[in-house]
Amino acid sequence: MTTAVADAHEHHGPEKGIKRWLFTTNHKDIGTMYLIFSLIMFFAGGAMALVIRSELMTPGLQFVHPEFFNQMTTMHALIMVFGAVMPAFVGLANWMIPMMIGAPDMALPRMNNWSFWILPVAFGILLSTLLMPGGAPASGWTMYPPIVLQTGVAFPFLIFSILLMGLSSIMGAINIIVTILNMRAPDMWLLKMPMFVWTWLITAYLLIAVMPVFAGAVTMLLTDQFFGTSFFLAAGGGDPVMFQHIFWFFGHPEVYIMILPAFGVVSEIIPTFSRKPLFGHDSMVYAASSIAFLSFIVWAHHMFTVGMPLSGQMFFMFATMLIAVPTGVKVFNWIATMWRGAMTFETPMLFSLGFVFLFTIGGFSGVMLAIAPADIQYHDSYFVVAHFHYVLVPGSIFALMAGAYYWLPKWTGHMYNETAGKLHFWMSTIFVNLTFFPMHFLGLAGMPRRIPDYSTQFADFNWMASVGAIGFGLSQLIFVYVLLTSKKGEKATDRVWEAPRGLEWTVPSPAPYHTFDTPPVKRVSEEAFE
Amino acid sequence: MNDHQSKISNRALTARLLLFAVGMFAFGFLVLPPLYDVFCDITGFGGRTNATAVTATERPDETRTIRIEFVTTVNEYAPWSFAADVDSMQVHPGKMYFATFSATNRSDQSLTSQAVPSVSPVSANEHFKKIECFCFTSQEFAANETRTLPLQFIVDPDLPEYVDTITLSYTLFKTENSYVSRTR
Repeated sequence: MTTAVADAHEHHGPEKGIKRWLFTTNHKDIGTMYLIFSLIMFFAGGAMALVIRSELMTPGLQFVHPEFFNQMTTMHALIMVFGAVMPAFVGLANWMIPMMIGAPDMALPRMNNWSFWILPVAFGILLSTLLMPGGAPASGWTMYPPIVLQTGVAFPFLIFSILLMGLSSIMGAINIIVTILNMRAPDMWLLKMPMFVWTWLITAYLLIAVMPVFAGAVTMLLTDQFFGTSFFLAAGGGDPVMFQHIFWFFGHPEVYIMILPAFGVVSEIIPTFSRKPLFGHDSMVYAASSIAFLSFIVWAHHMFTVGMPLSGQMFFMFATMLIAVPTGVKVFNWIATMWRGAMTFETPMLFSLGFVFLFTIGGFSGVMLAIAPADIQYHDSYFVVAHFHYVLVPGSIFALMAGAYYWLPKWTGHMYNETAGKLHFWMSTIFVNLTFFPMHFLGLAGMPRRIPDYSTQFADFNWMASVGAIGFGLSQLIFVYVLLTSKKGEKATDRVWEAPRGLEWTVPSPAPYHTFDTPPVKRVSEEAFE
Repeated sequence: MNDHQSKISNRALTARLLLFAVGMFAFGFLVLPPLYDVFCDITGFGGRTNATAVTATERPDETRTIRIEFVTTVNEYAPWSFAADVDSMQVHPGKMYFATFSATNRSDQSLTSQAVPSVSPVSANEHFKKIECFCFTSQEFAANETRTLPLQFIVDPDLPEYVDTITLSYTLFKTENSYVSRTR
């Protein structure tokens, strides 16, 4: 047994060229591909958002036809939800979960490759609908019948791309669950797992519970359109409202699929830069689990206006408000973690603090929307747009940015440009508020969502929002600059930060192609965790 | 790696999770629609009223007067004109009433229509009883034919105290062809 043979086996590097990326089963390669893919989709969806905001900058129709405007709102949402936020968190999971739990790779590496490579196909199909006669789907991402059935030739492409996205998510989720449950280092029992791993475990269960239901709903749309069924067609005895119920049975857990991993990311970052352990680790786990459970019984708060018995409205109203309790536990735990900590404000911490503050604003407007009698006023207004953008942009996206800056030195082996990172944070924070805060006022004043033109009384706030959106879009180019120069900074140490916790900081920077070929011994994990 | 820890193998766990996903698809596709139907039939949720004729005995309550409002809508792909002959009626609970609607096929071909009813408020659904209704079956129309469509109903005296107005809405659809051909 020579050393050379052992080396060839132990430290064989990646294949060269395109084959490396096409056939890779390495969790780090696949994580990188997920992250780059989601960044591209983030800019594609962002370009569509800028089309929307340009049109809305002043009253009247300026740049696009109303039909195309509707296609933009629909595609923007589908791309941001399924193409940017979800794959980005799967990318972080791929990169970090095996390293955080001391596993050599994901449990099902070949399926991992497959679940990534389905995505470019799915989004290729979805984006190709822009070039089809009749244009892209324009029904809104919620795809309510009967309007979605009026989509032109793009309709079956929409359905198939969504089925593919669902397939990819389900495979990714199964992979993550098996990895977490079966591949943890010895002595890392469940309640010792890092919060990011915990939140992803819960998210993965949500995914396999609701993505198939969504697949069922869009399949029913498909059969209604082409195979003569009447699931949602009133003339044939169906009920379009049933689609709303099934859609939101998926749709509400879906919003927690997009935010729970974000909770995990900031729960990793805030302790590091407060130099204190996470306050109330176990209560965070129970809070995340409670949110996941409650997410299944609140779906009808999206449809208070369909005509529901009073008892139904009361149930969904109170169940929804109940979610504020575990969410509050999380927010207060983050604040308690920072309390009397030796805090420093590097870019990941800035994004995390921005997350805690601005996500909470989105949470509060969510409680306002939960009030059934008030919601009848707010429904389908810009207030709703303001609410969900506050939880998704300075919520999920800020957490993703925080995670990217936090782990970037571990991925590249070099410190990123801190000045550019801080500039990215401040520009993003200023412009995201300029974009979305005025939308609260617009909604309360009665401006409906998904319209290309509006009454002149809404002109000023819309102009502010459009300026903010352009500024926010341009600010994201700073992030691209940071990524492009990410290997130019000084060498990162293995621990990168002063006091990070977790096994990922026990491997060298940059993380070698294979880590934890042998599971970490107890001593290491104790150092990392206690 | 650390097999001593895993209670079940990767393969078995994957199989279970896949089965769970397939089960959830079946739940969404096969179980939820009929379940929703049953739920609506029992609760009257979704504005549903009885879809087939019921028999009812008259026990008039002359002390109460309820206003019945009729709303008619024609689906955008249905070439009919359709309206109630009276906009509203004052009725006593427990008494039988007749109302008529008029519909005209404005196309040059014979067509079949289906009217879909909805009752509001929800708490009135189970108390608004249709004895005879043109909505129970589809209606054949010759080209350019005008028809009078009858409705016979009774409002149950058990109607909650606070309900003083019931709105009955009909939407008229064209039944033949799939949605695709209707939209083209």
